[in-house]
Amino acid sequence: MISWRSTWSIYTRELMRFLRTAFQSVLAPVLTTSLYFIVFGAAIGGRMPDLGGVDYGAFIIPGLLMLTLLGETTSNSSFGIYMPRFTGTIYELLSAPVGVAETLLGFVGAAMTKSLLLAAIILVTARLFVDYSIAHPVLAVLYIMLVASAFSLFGFILGIWADNFEKLGIIPMLFLTPLTFLGGTFYSIDMLPKPWDTIALANPIVYLVSGLRWTFYGSSDVDIGVSFAITLGFLAFCVAVIAYIFRTGWRLRA
Amino acid sequence: MEPILELAGLSKVYPGGLKALDDVDLTIRKGEIFALLGPNGAGKTTLIGAVCGLVRPSAGTITAFGHDMARDWRRARSRIGLVPQELSTDMFEPVERAVSYSRGLFGLAPDKARIEEILRSLSLWEKRDERIMALSGGMKRRVLIAKALAHEPDLLFLDEPTAGVDVELRKGMWAVIDSMRERGVTIILTTHYLEEAEMMADRVGIINRGKLLMVDEKDAMMARLGRTEAHITLARPLDMIPPAIAKFPVELEADGASLCYRGGDGTGKGKAEVAELTKALIGSGIDFTGIETRESSLEDIFVSLLGEEGGAA
Ligand SMILES: Nc1ncnc2c1ncn2[C@@H]1O[C@H](COP(=O)(O)OP(=O)(O)O)[C@@H](O)[C@H]1O
Ligand SMILES: [Mg+2]
Repeated sequence: MISWRSTWSIYTRELMRFLRTAFQSVLAPVLTTSLYFIVFGAAIGGRMPDLGGVDYGAFIIPGLLMLTLLGETTSNSSFGIYMPRFTGTIYELLSAPVGVAETLLGFVGAAMTKSLLLAAIILVTARLFVDYSIAHPVLAVLYIMLVASAFSLFGFILGIWADNFEKLGIIPMLFLTPLTFLGGTFYSIDMLPKPWDTIALANPIVYLVSGLRWTFYGSSDVDIGVSFAITLGFLAFCVAVIAYIFRTGWRLRA
Repeated sequence: MEPILELAGLSKVYPGGLKALDDVDLTIRKGEIFALLGPNGAGKTTLIGAVCGLVRPSAGTITAFGHDMARDWRRARSRIGLVPQELSTDMFEPVERAVSYSRGLFGLAPDKARIEEILRSLSLWEKRDERIMALSGGMKRRVLIAKALAHEPDLLFLDEPTAGVDVELRKGMWAVIDSMRERGVTIILTTHYLEEAEMMADRVGIINRGKLLMVDEKDAMMARLGRTEAHITLARPLDMIPPAIAKFPVELEADGASLCYRGGDGTGKGKAEVAELTKALIGSGIDFTGIETRESSLEDIFVSLLGEEGGAA
């Protein structure tokens, strides 16, 4: 039986932790997004043709959203579980009558909530620079939630795997950010010369950016079904890894 | 008395091959204070970790409140509290919120009155809104105790509650532990201060290199291993033990300049015998200039036990 009280306690405490640094957590994405829009939307975007019938400034919104979302969600979630391991406060969680369900719903739920808040902030900020409308708002929210939960889980795994701060930062820095940049944030895959347009499809982030772009503007580089399937597959993979971690106690219990 | 915790054949081999617990059998009774005594690295923290879910046992079973820990851990853990050896807690969190969180984490409904009572009993109520990092070391330790008590456990583990704490605070801690016992909480504490075990415990277990060497009532252990030692400085050296005192366990020391008595059993029998001995000395006209008596402490017992074990190994 899952304990909802325990889950709620973990969840609210994680959010509280987030609120302690709320100013920074909100300001940073607002600032970054604004900078991107000033540079890419206004300065460069003015000279760019529309992409698939979408104004360039609007075109980059889903990609920028994804860029921030993946980075912030992963780092929030990984810090959330890494810090207690690092400081030793994890003893309390490990000695409590809570299992994988409460831990995940609590930690990952909180990371997800932060991500959704962040997404809302970015979309509002973008609105200040570009006029856009969302073709499938419900699907867009669903898709953002799906991606946020998948990367919260991914961050959780990262936070358990890492045994120093360096490792904690290395995956987002070495893989996530470059792959997102190369994943069609600022351009359409079609624009790449052969054979790079095909090679680009090996980058999983392409499907995430493309999927979100579809929910925004109704058209994208890859089929929306494929995007959903890949995101769901990644989510399932993370859940399986975490189930394994909890069953064996890997890096959690001595 | 009914057992609250039973360890059977409990072993822990850490990756790398270190055997931190070696086939430990132990039964803890309801309502007692049990002191686990051993030097650093003996396996005390590992034993606590195994019960509390921080360490995965390599072999053996743990039964708490009749629940098998391996299967029924949820129900068992909800009744166990742990105060860890290290002062690890979120230092940015205010005291009261940290304690309320612990209660919620263990699945209990919020209860302001109960939290207030716990904080007051630990003299933390005035500090309830302070961030934990602003508190002194002794207070931080008490916050960890408050957190462990927040879900009203029936069994409480205190891992070296007074390590690195000065004498005054240590006495304060003993008072806290006493009051918890009065509330009916069963307490298992680890320590390497023998005085602490002697002061606090009903029963004592001695552990070294993962082996539980001896478990007994503190008083029985004292009776079994306790000794009275008396050194009597003689006015004039003796060549041999006079027949009048031959029935006592005495020896001549320092070329006959002093007489040493070693006997008794830690129940006071030794002191009485020393009194007898002095009367016998006076009766037979043997003059003496000083008497020094000493009851052996747990420390002596401990040292001799570890010595035996070391010799056998
Ligand atoms: N996580 C661990 N991995 C490997 N060895 C450990 C670990 N924790 C403790 N040990 C070793 O196990 C032994 C017992 O440690 P511990 O239970 O902490 O002893 P105590 O609490 O009595 O000082 C020590 O030799 C210690 O170095
Ligand atoms: Mg220890």
